[in-house]
Amino acid sequence: MSRKLLLDNLDKPGIQSLTGYSDNGGYEALRKALQMKPEEIVSEVQKSGLRGRGGAGFPTGMKWSFIAKPEGVPRYLVCNADESEPGTFKDRYLMEHKPHILIEGMIISSFALGANTSYIYIRGEMMYVFHILQKAIDEAYAAGYLGKNILGSGFNLDLHVHCGAGAYICGEETALIESLEGKRGNPRIKPPFPAVKGLWGCPTVVNNVETIAAVVPIIKITGEEYAKIGIGKSTGTKLISASGHINKPGVYEIELGVPVEEFIYSDAYCGGIKNGKQLKAVVAGGSSVPVLPAHLILKTAAGEPRLMTYESLADGGFATGTMLGSGGFIVMDEDTSVVKNLWTFAHFYHHESCGQCSPCREGTGWMYRILNKILNGKGEMKDIDLLWNIQGNIEGKTICPLGDAAAWPVASSIRHFRSEFEAYINNHGMKDVKHYYRLNNLQEA
Amino acid sequence: MPKVTIDGHTIEVPEGTTILEAARKIGGDIVPPTMCYYSKLKTSGGYCRTCLVKVSKGSEKDPRPMPKPVASCRQTVMDGMEVQNITSPEILDARAGVVEFLLINHPLDCPVCDQAGECNLQDLSYEHGHEVSRLDFRKRTFPMIDIGDKIKLHMNRCIMCYRCVKVAEQLCPERVHGVLNRGWDSEISTYIEQAVDNEWSGNMIDVCPVGALTDKTFRFKSRVWFTKPVDAHRNCPTCSGKVVLWYQGEEVLRVTGRKDQWGEVDEFICNECRFDKKKTSDWVIEGPRHIDRHSVISQNHYEELKKLKQDLSRQKKLGEKAHN
Repeated sequence: MSRKLLLDNLDKPGIQSLTGYSDNGGYEALRKALQMKPEEIVSEVQKSGLRGRGGAGFPTGMKWSFIAKPEGVPRYLVCNADESEPGTFKDRYLMEHKPHILIEGMIISSFALGANTSYIYIRGEMMYVFHILQKAIDEAYAAGYLGKNILGSGFNLDLHVHCGAGAYICGEETALIESLEGKRGNPRIKPPFPAVKGLWGCPTVVNNVETIAAVVPIIKITGEEYAKIGIGKSTGTKLISASGHINKPGVYEIELGVPVEEFIYSDAYCGGIKNGKQLKAVVAGGSSVPVLPAHLILKTAAGEPRLMTYESLADGGFATGTMLGSGGFIVMDEDTSVVKNLWTFAHFYHHESCGQCSPCREGTGWMYRILNKILNGKGEMKDIDLLWNIQGNIEGKTICPLGDAAAWPVASSIRHFRSEFEAYINNHGMKDVKHYYRLNNLQEA
Repeated sequence: MPKVTIDGHTIEVPEGTTILEAARKIGGDIVPPTMCYYSKLKTSGGYCRTCLVKVSKGSEKDPRPMPKPVASCRQTVMDGMEVQNITSPEILDARAGVVEFLLINHPLDCPVCDQAGECNLQDLSYEHGHEVSRLDFRKRTFPMIDIGDKIKLHMNRCIMCYRCVKVAEQLCPERVHGVLNRGWDSEISTYIEQAVDNEWSGNMIDVCPVGALTDKTFRFKSRVWFTKPVDAHRNCPTCSGKVVLWYQGEEVLRVTGRKDQWGEVDEFICNECRFDKKKTSDWVIEGPRHIDRHSVISQNHYEELKKLKQDLSRQKKLGEKAHN
């Protein structure tokens, strides 16, 4: 069982409340941090090797060091709690059960960045978590952890929770900033980056919930100690939200570096495939990342065991690899249709595209319609090549990464499961593709 | 001043110039096409993605190439930057892809569209588009609406360039129209059918790159290439009063701003000049308007005839050369 830094003490009574959290070592890191200089905290985070947990995996310490510090201009810290990636539900779990670790992390991070006003932007659908956070913030204000002169350090901080109106795109940092400013949630064109010109035109850092929460254990156990967990450049622990055809779906905190095979089959984690079936495919990091077939997710193309790290999962590029992403681990058993799964994803991206730039606005809707056609038994062989071509025309051509996120699942599904698409087309949308394989004595992809 | 090289042409431009503006200074084939960028409107550009270019060398300081194609209308140049536009096959492919995306839901009703002949999308699809559409689904459609008493919005033709939104934001006293809905279903519209009614609103027609916003006083009067453009001005208290009158015979069919070779107006004009002054006696005529675009609108003018003659004689010379 791996070490728990974020989800520790979950079984303690009242951990959701301030008293319960404080009784179990809560807000100790804050006391320690307020004795340090802001630069020391930043360098501690740099030493820890912490990487953004929202999906991109950018080193957090480096991101913090990029923030512009012009005189007389306020700086902002925004926490991205707009967790809407299909398959990812780790932030919600953390905020629901330990809201104070996020608030403590927000105070420490704001202190490190010199921000006196900070925001938590939470997804509109998670209204009940909004209330939990609001209650926790009220408690923190009453205890003197927020407001003026926090714990006598002279540092002031106001923390607000802002509720989004339900758009996946608002999880993109610049769209989130637009939405927070009260505008339509369209991503901005970069540069300028938020570190220079973000919220209200001021330098802003946007971090994921888990990233900010991870600052608390880093301060507690020091950055060096934190960096000892994990392998290479993937340090620390990561929350993985496992779902799909597994015996024990849920949120797991793993030390980065656990082999994927162990994660899927060990009783400490997912506990194997449901009903004793075979593993078919895995989406390793939320719906945006490429889907991998069983033989490639368990072992890399070079035959080495694949580990749950940023590097190992990305080994082989997109031809044979994937990404750790946001940690939304979706497991599919042998009876799952990859085409149907892709249809669901394509529908999602079609629905969530903001419509600002042409490749994503038109391309996502087009791909969805083609997949619809294939599933309804009206597909033609040329549609597979057309899908491939459209995703290539979207990838990398859009303002924000939503275009890439819509293109990658399509590309990987065709790359690894082309025969299944052909089966759908040949059999006019036959529901049971496995049956088709058996009938034709074919090897599954 | 930073030096930038675009498709092998090097130019020195002031700090903060975009790649596109630098390319326009060089001129010729290497200028990326634009559908949403409008130099006279702040924060325009970046949406349509037709002006994508490849940055093969970031700058003198940081020579790494940029990982993705960049929108040349928004990316500023750095000293020593090297850019590939028409010399990069992948950029030409990407552009063809973007043009296809712009066209899949466009009704292609050019034969009945007032913009035909001076339409940026028409030019773009001639240059970069495919011959046939690969979309075999129904195109999305919207009902036509009147926005204000002088402007017709034909949303089916819109490519969501946001130019009219920027006009409303930057020229008009208040913005009462904008983008509704999301993604595939997003549309330009007014808030609860509110009428766009102010003295600058007519400029939305000029900036619209397609036939989505058309002049109701000109709709279905004539094809644009049958009308004769004439530069004219008047003493206008609101705007500069510098316009182009489009004649058919003795009649002024419409009044527009003066568009340059990129299809952008030099100065925005007010609605009084545009809609209410349609008599020759209202204006001081300056002379024939020189239209510098390779669109159909440039046909039928004497200048084209001259150019055609030059081309013919050049071809003749080339033929003779080959023959010898």
